[in-house]
Amino acid sequence: MHRCLIALTALLIAASVHAEVTVQDPWVRATVPGQKTSGAFLQLTSSTDATLVGARSPVAGIVEIHEMAMDDNMTMRMRAVKAIPLPAGQAVALKPGGYHVMLMDLKETMQAGKTVKLTLVVKDGKGELEDVDVEVQVKPLGSKL
Amino acid sequence: MNDLHFPTRRTLLLGGLALLAGCDHQPRASFKGVDLADATYSGAFRLQDPQGHERTIADYRGRVVLLHFGFTQCPDACPTALARAAQMRHLLGKDGELVQVLFVTLDPERDTPQMLKEYTAAFDPSFIPLWGDPQTTKATADNFKVFYRKVPTGSSYTMDHSLLSYAFDPRGHLRVALRHNMAAEDCAHDLRQLLA
Repeated sequence: MHRCLIALTALLIAASVHAEVTVQDPWVRATVPGQKTSGAFLQLTSSTDATLVGARSPVAGIVEIHEMAMDDNMTMRMRAVKAIPLPAGQAVALKPGGYHVMLMDLKETMQAGKTVKLTLVVKDGKGELEDVDVEVQVKPLGSKL
Repeated sequence: MNDLHFPTRRTLLLGGLALLAGCDHQPRASFKGVDLADATYSGAFRLQDPQGHERTIADYRGRVVLLHFGFTQCPDACPTALARAAQMRHLLGKDGELVQVLFVTLDPERDTPQMLKEYTAAFDPSFIPLWGDPQTTKATADNFKVFYRKVPTGSSYTMDHSLLSYAFDPRGHLRVALRHNMAAEDCAHDLRQLLA
C-alpha cells in the first residue's frame, strides 16, 4: 500500500512538471521621448507543448502579442493574437516581419543599452499558467535584427 | 525579278525595326523595384519640415529623394524600412550623400514635428521628417495611392499602411517604388540607376 502511494505520487509529480521555457536574445527597440509604443522580440523554446498566451511589463500600461502580416499590395497589417503555439523543443521566433510583443502606453523612454523587465505568460499542456521572467535589452532604434 | 525583291524587302523590314527600336524614347532603367514610369499618380507633396518650412520635391532638385510613409509608434515595419534606408546610403558610399530620405507621418495627431525629428535622427541625422495636418496627410497619401487606416488596439490604436518606399530622380520625377521585402543591396542598385 505504502509503495503504491509512493509510486502514485511520483507519477503525479512527473505529470505536473511545468513546461520549461527558455528565452533567447530578448530585445526591445529604443524609443524617443513622447513615443508611447515599442516592440519586443525574442526566441522561445518550450520543453513540452505549450502556448504563449500573454505578457506584461512594469514599463508598459498595456502589453499584447501582435502579428505583422503583409499582403500582395505591400500593405502591412498588424493584429493582436491571443496565443502563439510553442511545440515541444521547437524554437519559435518573435522577430521583425512576424510576431512581436507590443508594449503600449509606455511609462518611460526606452533607452538603448538599458534593460527592462518583461513577464511572458505560458500555458502548459494541462492548461496551467506559468510566468517566465525575462530581462530585455534595449537596442538602438535603427537595429535591423 | 521576284528573287531579287525578296531580300531587299527583308532588309528594309529589318532596318525599319532597328529604327523603331532606336526611336523608343529612352532606354528604360532596369529596376529591381516597381518601375513607376507608367504610374497614374503624381507623387506631389507640400508638407512641413520640423522647422516649420513648407517642402515640396522642388526643394531637393539634384538629389535622389527616397520617401517613406509611416508613423513613429510603429513597432516593426517603419523602423525596419528606415534602418534599411540608412543602410542604402551607406552602401552607396560617397554617392549616399546625394540621397535625401524623407519620412512622411501618417499619424499627424500623435507624431509631433519634434518627436519626428528625434525619431528619424536616431536612424540617420540627415533624414528629414515631414508633417501635414490630417487633411493634407490624406491628400498626400492619395497622391501616392498609399493606403492607411487606424486600427483600435487596447485603449489606443495602431495603423495598417502601405509599405512601399518611393524614389524620385534628381529632376524630381517619381521613378521607382521599393518593396518592403527588398534587400538593401537591391534598393541601392535602383538608387544607383537614378544617380547615374
